[in-house]
Amino acid sequence: MSTNQTSRRDFLKTSSLAAGGLLMGFALPGAKVEAQAAGTVYTPNAWVHIADDNTITLISARSEMGQGVYTSMPMLIAEELNVDINQIKVSIAPPAAVYVNALLGAQITGGSTSVRDGWEKLRVGGAQVREMLISAAADEWKVDRSKLKAERGMVLGPKGRKASYGSLAAAAARLPVPEKVALKDPKDFKIVGKRIKRLDTPSKVNGTAEFGIDVKLPGLVYASLEQCPVIGGKVLGFDASKAKGMPGVIDVVQISDGVAVVADTYWHAVKARKELSVQWEEGPGATLDHKAVLASTRAAADSGKVLPIGKPTGNVAEAMKSAVKVMQAEYITPMQAHAPLEPMNFTAHFENGKILLIGPTQFQQGAHGAVAGVLGLKPEDVTLKTTFLGGGFGRRLELDFVIQAAQISKAVGKPVKLLWTREDDMTHDYYRPLGLNQVQAGLDAKGMPVAFQHKVTSQSITQRAFGLPKDTLDPFMAEAAVAPYAIANTQHDLVIHDSGMRVGYWRAVSHNMNAFANESFMDELAASAGKDPYQYRMALLKDKPRFARVLKLVAEKSGWGRPLPKGRARGIALMEGYDTYMAQVAEVSVKNGEIKVHRVTVAADLGRMVNPDTVEAQIQSSIVFGMSAALMQEITLDKGRVQQTNYNNYPVVRMHESPKIDIVLVPSKEKPGGIGEPATALVVPAIANAVAAATGKRVRKLPLTPEAIRAA
Amino acid sequence: MSTTMNVNGKAVTARSEPDTPLLWVIRDELGLSGTKFGCGAALCGACTVHVNGQPVRSCQTPVASVAGKKVATVESLSKNNSHPLQKAWIKHDVPQCGYCQSGQLMSAAALLSKNKNPSDADIDAAMSGNICRCGTYPRIKAAIKDAAATMRKTV
Repeated sequence: MSTNQTSRRDFLKTSSLAAGGLLMGFALPGAKVEAQAAGTVYTPNAWVHIADDNTITLISARSEMGQGVYTSMPMLIAEELNVDINQIKVSIAPPAAVYVNALLGAQITGGSTSVRDGWEKLRVGGAQVREMLISAAADEWKVDRSKLKAERGMVLGPKGRKASYGSLAAAAARLPVPEKVALKDPKDFKIVGKRIKRLDTPSKVNGTAEFGIDVKLPGLVYASLEQCPVIGGKVLGFDASKAKGMPGVIDVVQISDGVAVVADTYWHAVKARKELSVQWEEGPGATLDHKAVLASTRAAADSGKVLPIGKPTGNVAEAMKSAVKVMQAEYITPMQAHAPLEPMNFTAHFENGKILLIGPTQFQQGAHGAVAGVLGLKPEDVTLKTTFLGGGFGRRLELDFVIQAAQISKAVGKPVKLLWTREDDMTHDYYRPLGLNQVQAGLDAKGMPVAFQHKVTSQSITQRAFGLPKDTLDPFMAEAAVAPYAIANTQHDLVIHDSGMRVGYWRAVSHNMNAFANESFMDELAASAGKDPYQYRMALLKDKPRFARVLKLVAEKSGWGRPLPKGRARGIALMEGYDTYMAQVAEVSVKNGEIKVHRVTVAADLGRMVNPDTVEAQIQSSIVFGMSAALMQEITLDKGRVQQTNYNNYPVVRMHESPKIDIVLVPSKEKPGGIGEPATALVVPAIANAVAAATGKRVRKLPLTPEAIRAA
Repeated sequence: MSTTMNVNGKAVTARSEPDTPLLWVIRDELGLSGTKFGCGAALCGACTVHVNGQPVRSCQTPVASVAGKKVATVESLSKNNSHPLQKAWIKHDVPQCGYCQSGQLMSAAALLSKNKNPSDADIDAAMSGNICRCGTYPRIKAAIKDAAATMRKTV
């Protein structure tokens, strides 16, 4: 089977982003990073700042939203700089061209790309500075630089001579940056690949870590924004007379997305907002509901333009005709909200034609450029600082809340913190689109697949967010659509359908729908053939050693095939995503439709790892995140209004529902894969397959609620 | 209109209206930003503080109701991360995004104040009101057991 897909990671740099598109004019200023040190600070390159008090600050160009980049990014720099990882400080990069994520073509944190993008460039950045420090010492000591070495923040010379990086920084910063530097053989790594304690943990256990919600500025006022209950609706008019009479209210202002109440405290703003009366032009979204979204998607699957995913192999139509048996199925993944625990917020201070923006964003370049564009400011008059993110999951790639804060601050002429309520957040998300996956397989006399057809119908986020032209394959819809199994005749297609929903990238993006369909269907085929689903898959992986290895490992670790307590059953699933090869086994029991996930076993081969402990944490995180989607979550609409409002009607997995998670990591010398997302998608079919094994019922529409299971 | 209470060992007088949720008094008036806002409806636990030693959701607690009482926030555990729970959280590298962790720590502290040897079921019962969207539950559980063991040894 062909896996010749359009590469996601080459996508943005070759498509609308580079060609112009939405980001045209999102010029990036030069790098000006705040180093965390007193005294004079020297900047040999964009990644390293050294103060003359010997404080060394390493730069993370990626936002810290839980995935550990404030540790993994500095680890890569420190490995070559030869400094003690526990002696450095970390700063977040400002918007600047040098910090663009080469895999996504913009300064973005997402797509499980941080390590893959930084793996070489950050080590080179560290090595360059190391060499500059050595050269500075060689010049000062008038010795051949080949006699010097750099270790643990010191340059060491003959006869015990030594100098701290801090004492050499001024001279080093004046030297040219070497173009070619030697990098360590990975077997000599002292930091990369080790279980290093996260550098941000201490600030996250005593309340001192600064999230967007915590930003303080002199004279700060607070805003709460009333937006149209139908996303996309506009203000027709409003009456603020009552609200303006409420305690603490400073002003009530209209901006593009609604009406903002600005007050001396957040609570005053929220209370006064309840007294607002706004008339809305609800727009075309007012007729939308979730049934219509599904119906129009299904209609598009039948009649929409078909875009091939990869190249077909063999002749599917002929092979289906001559197959002994043909099976088909349709899988549906519902819309989802991101629901990060920190509601959307941003702080803005517009003053004298310039603006300061501080807050949580995954997309510095977009936030910077969008505010410059909307307010008509020059790029250099927009300053953006990134705080810790209280979760991202794709929601903080969006720019709505940043623009809103900027507009409110400009309207009232004060520093403003805009903070959404949880209800604002849940009902004004950019939702994961509905996925409709139709699969068909032709089987031989032994029940093995000889033909396989998969049609994905869903909505393109990339069209909305990055101006992807219509009738163009959106690679962020085709992820993991092509499974690794050796089947002679295959065809994969995409139909892009605009359902009218406002959609966004959601952790693991289209892996979620595509892996659910492929891996559920593989189990259905195995069942039809009367074969064990593990053995059935393995028989189709003869030339896929990385897939076969993780599948074998997960079977061994989970005790696949061994007896279980009564009522329990296992399900298995396999996928490649973000260059990571992963297999999972879920162990479940089902009582009256209620699913209990007892244990999830994961085997992952993600190539070289920067911090194996963080890798495990990301897998654990993804399992819990994916379980919530598999078992509980669904966004529905009535008359264009999202019906889920808070964690009561959009529940998430809690402590008592969290399973035992066992992880096997494959030692590997392959290039690094991403690990922030793949397990999120893969746990869903693993659970669905376990539920089918336990109950004999195949549920093809998520979530796997008790009602869905009882009705199956 | 003012409310007098004790916050982290200090007597304070809050001037916010009596119906103001304790959360916003702590954060915006007293400037203690470790306590977080997640849902505003006592569903997520991010705003958990102690009132007279009991864990409460400060987003649903009017400040007037804590008049004369002792309020403790995450900042009361220790500034230098010397509390056994903070040490265990660091040892197990519990936090990811970290946003919920102040609430998790305060729920855990309330549990350990009355149960020095909690079972898995005890931990589930005490912690199920605290959401972690990053899914740090396995590490929270391990860290609570670790901290409990430390506290049993030192008492």
